[in-house]
Amino acid sequence: MDVLKLDSGYDAAFVEAVMNESGQDPFACYQCGNCTAGCPYTFVYDLPVHQIMRLLQAGHKGRILQSHSLWLCATCESCTTRCPNNIDVARIMDVLRHMAGREGMITEKQVKQFNDSFLDSVKKHGRVFEFGTLVKYIARSGRFWSDADLGPKVMRKGKIAPRPHDIKGKDEVARIFHSVLGDGKK
Amino acid sequence: MSPELSYAYYPGCSGLSTSKDYEISTRAVCRALGIKLQEIPDWSCCGSTPAHTVDHVFSAALSARNLSLAEQMGSDTVITPCPSCLTNLKVAAHRMEQEPAFQQEVNRHLQEPCVNTVQVKSVLQALIQDLGPEAIAKQVEKPLSGLKIAPYYGCIMNRPPEVMDFDDPENPVAMDEILRGLGAEVLPYPLKVECCGASYGVARKDVVMQLSGKLLDLADSLGADAIATACPLCQMNLDLRQDQINAALKRSFRLPVFYYTQLMGLAFGLEEKDLLLNKLNVPAGPALAKMQQAAEAAAEQDAQTKEQ
Repeated sequence: MDVLKLDSGYDAAFVEAVMNESGQDPFACYQCGNCTAGCPYTFVYDLPVHQIMRLLQAGHKGRILQSHSLWLCATCESCTTRCPNNIDVARIMDVLRHMAGREGMITEKQVKQFNDSFLDSVKKHGRVFEFGTLVKYIARSGRFWSDADLGPKVMRKGKIAPRPHDIKGKDEVARIFHSVLGDGKK
Repeated sequence: MSPELSYAYYPGCSGLSTSKDYEISTRAVCRALGIKLQEIPDWSCCGSTPAHTVDHVFSAALSARNLSLAEQMGSDTVITPCPSCLTNLKVAAHRMEQEPAFQQEVNRHLQEPCVNTVQVKSVLQALIQDLGPEAIAKQVEKPLSGLKIAPYYGCIMNRPPEVMDFDDPENPVAMDEILRGLGAEVLPYPLKVECCGASYGVARKDVVMQLSGKLLDLADSLGADAIATACPLCQMNLDLRQDQINAALKRSFRLPVFYYTQLMGLAFGLEEKDLLLNKLNVPAGPALAKMQQAAEAAAEQDAQTKEQ
């Protein structure tokens, strides 16, 4: 069992940044556990979402940002919808994930590799090219066999477009990437 | 008939690829119902989940480019079949409305600023609220009598309620109402809004096996002949990955997973080219044959009653 000292290690700058970026007040949480009870992902989380909320109140930046849970939250909005104190918990999870990404603390590499492959495709074509995204993800992750069985199914039925649909304004879309995220950062 | 309904239309990227069946059947059903869809010219990707996991201004800017294009069309409402597109467009519009500084920041990254005057709706919302269930039921030529359907909405069509502002966030009924109007038997399905595993199918397949497996298990144990869905990603996880789920969980599900628009088209008597049922991985044939048998048995019983 993990024992956490809640009366030490409070990172005030971290808590303030989360509050600013999410527009939420984590101290409104009274640990009822409703978020965790409804979260479909608790079975793969290392920290259930109500514990992330508690650690956030305690300002334990390190423990939060190194959790796998941040990268396994699908933003299904169950926690946000069911929070009796109207905390947008999913938005807090998203903001924590932004921070973990910025600090290079990526505990689920394949999830990040998939997201990056997806965004690379949008940046290049203006619309996501699903087939290209998969090829890039496989090249990045080296996971050649995980969905090999789907290949014939998808091909036989023409379920996936073999070519990208480049839009006229693709440079305009690429500019959004550069302008918000800066070059090379994602 | 009510004045013609006309919308700016945002198909979403998967509609050009893995959910072409959803896209084609959505357009066909709208055509049959006299709803005009004007595709947003040169629309771009909303960024889906990957964008908002990186940065919220970034995600909103990708969406706002499309809202701005819809404004330039002179349209007041944009509709989309895809819940992921819907969420991104709605979250962007909602936050720009709530926080003027956020809107300014988003617009700083756009070629044409977004004034944020366009309302965003799902195709489902337009069908049920603007057109209404009676007009849909009127179009039915071949009722889906005898087909038992588990209605599955997916997690983000209605949540969070403050943003999505449509139907009930825990027990949505819009699709139930449409399907019932088509003559189908709609089962009470308690996991209507439970997440299917979303885009983790590629990177963390194990997660999707468990979550989508649970959805199939419930539908199966309720005696469903099929599942109806409104989301491309849910459909892919439940249908295309059904064999993987069977292998992972040692089960033998054979549940066809339709887009609700395919079922509408089927009941409207539309042709295969408008339905693309052949795109389904788990074939629809057995469920539809069972429905046919039930209809014939009912007709026979009807005839016998008349003779007596």
